Amino acid sequence: MPVRTRYLSLLAALLLLILFPLFGSSFYIGLLTRILILALFAMSLDLLIGYTGLVSFGHAAFFGIGGYALAICFQDAVVIHLWQALPLSLISAALAALVVGWISIRTSGIYFIMITLAFAQMFFYFFFESPRYGGDDGIFLFFKPVLMIGAEDILHLDRENNFYYFVLTSLVSSYLFLTMILRAPFGKVITAIKANEHRVLALGYPVNHYKLVSFVIAGTLAGLAGFLEGAHSGYVNPSYMSWHESGIAIAIVVLGGMGTLYGPILGAFIVVLLQDFLPSLTDHWQLLFGGIVISVALFLPHGLTSLLPQIWTLFKARKSSSVINPPESDDD
Amino acid sequence: MELSFYLVQLLNAIQYGFLLFLVASGMTLLFGIMGIINLAHGSFYMIGAYLAYWLTDITGNLWFGILLGLPIALLVGYLVERFAISFLYKRDHLYQVLLTFALILIFNELQQILWGTDVHAVAIPSFLAGSIPLTENQSYPIYRLFISAVCIVLASGMSWVIQKTRLGMMIRAGASNREMVQSLGIDVNRLFALVFSLGVALAAFAGMLASPVDSVYPGMGENVLIISFVVVVIGGTGSIKGAFVGAMLIGLVSTFGKVLLPEMASVMAYALMAIILLWRPQGLFGRRT
Repeated sequence: MPVRTRYLSLLAALLLLILFPLFGSSFYIGLLTRILILALFAMSLDLLIGYTGLVSFGHAAFFGIGGYALAICFQDAVVIHLWQALPLSLISAALAALVVGWISIRTSGIYFIMITLAFAQMFFYFFFESPRYGGDDGIFLFFKPVLMIGAEDILHLDRENNFYYFVLTSLVSSYLFLTMILRAPFGKVITAIKANEHRVLALGYPVNHYKLVSFVIAGTLAGLAGFLEGAHSGYVNPSYMSWHESGIAIAIVVLGGMGTLYGPILGAFIVVLLQDFLPSLTDHWQLLFGGIVISVALFLPHGLTSLLPQIWTLFKARKSSSVINPPESDDD
Repeated sequence: MELSFYLVQLLNAIQYGFLLFLVASGMTLLFGIMGIINLAHGSFYMIGAYLAYWLTDITGNLWFGILLGLPIALLVGYLVERFAISFLYKRDHLYQVLLTFALILIFNELQQILWGTDVHAVAIPSFLAGSIPLTENQSYPIYRLFISAVCIVLASGMSWVIQKTRLGMMIRAGASNREMVQSLGIDVNRLFALVFSLGVALAAFAGMLASPVDSVYPGMGENVLIISFVVVVIGGTGSIKGAFVGAMLIGLVSTFGKVLLPEMASVMAYALMAIILLWRPQGLFGRRT
């Protein structure tokens, strides 16, 4: 598929997302906000799984910490200043990712998977069992963050549409940020680490530093997603960081297509829509959902986006069959 | 608090440790020999408990329940290995995580279809139902001692099989160099299917033994799964000895944690793991790769 077509379709998708609130009902705007938050979360995990080659099974921990940082510091506040709350969430998630990452990246393979999982469980139980932070009931937030300029709140996140655009902006800026660092030398090194860690080490790169930086960036972005989810739903509870959430995030990344930044976004749409649609078919929808995930794991290891070039080829073939000239091959 | 109180806690810790060992030893073999990360291992524990509940209900006796349940568990393990896991030996761990994660969803749903969402209890067989008095007001249930005894027998049996028999030799060889075992003419596929089914049966057996002590409820496997991961990580993958030491450590830490520091009890097991990994990233008995 030509690069230009890809950019154009991404832009078209963005345009659709921007225009959506004009004709969507508030229920669907809420649903779409949820999807975009999950997409951001999955995209951050893709930096680890799809680019650095670190299969983290505890990514939900940083999602939860982003949410809890907001909820714990501002649960009694009447005014939540965005410029205080957002950096606080990001820094908390980044610090947690620094500590967890520092210990975890000393290991690899199966060990890494299990250690990240165990750390996430540690955070989960810490919040689950601490009455100070709401225990398993979680913490409610009654107000949305505000961004005051003078005496005026310029964002009005209490309106569903505004919150939606706030989330969309966060997603798009994260996408651009990740695109940028992946094009930078840093990005080349981490993709090389995924392809052949020993060779990168032999070339003299401090592999573990690169992995750690990648881990912290991913954790911070997950914290951003957790912050948005907490602020959006007004409710933070331990299930944010349950291992189920980490598993779903992996499923989203693989389903959509790892190693592409738009793959996880597509995956988030599919998974949330499946989770909303399948229960209307049968009570035992997890059976279907599990079956779909298994089929993808077995038969479509590079996710749905890996089908796009094939669809494109089919599309081109059909279009050119009416023309005498053979199609020019401009695949990238 | 007096000495006998601590004795009771110690016995509980050992019994819990033994049950964890049954689950974790299967898991560590799967990691070590087959290179498979199996998240569904907790589901097999749950299936074991439900089989015990269901078959005890039908036959009226836990022993018949366990006798009938074990072949079923073996069969389930064999089918799962043939139709799902065996496709993933050469693939990245990521797909193993994803597939076995989906298996958990499926097993949970099947459990709800077959047995509903109620919490069940299984009766302790009558001749093990009593308890042994320790002091005037402290006593210890016989069934818990029985669990520990069965596990000791099983653990020694396992160590005998692994150290002294031909199968054990193949398992040890498989853990240290899979390709070499294959090139020596041993049918690795059959070995893997066997090890996987045995691992499943062990986990299910642990669930069956535990069913009269704990209640039988949906999602019971998931708690066991995660803590067994911790055991395997602490002990080092592929090491049965490691699984044993890890299981006992976790048993002690979580049991005494609940008594001494109730608010932090669950966190302590994970903190222990973090400390051990800082010291030895490959686990206590793991080989450095």
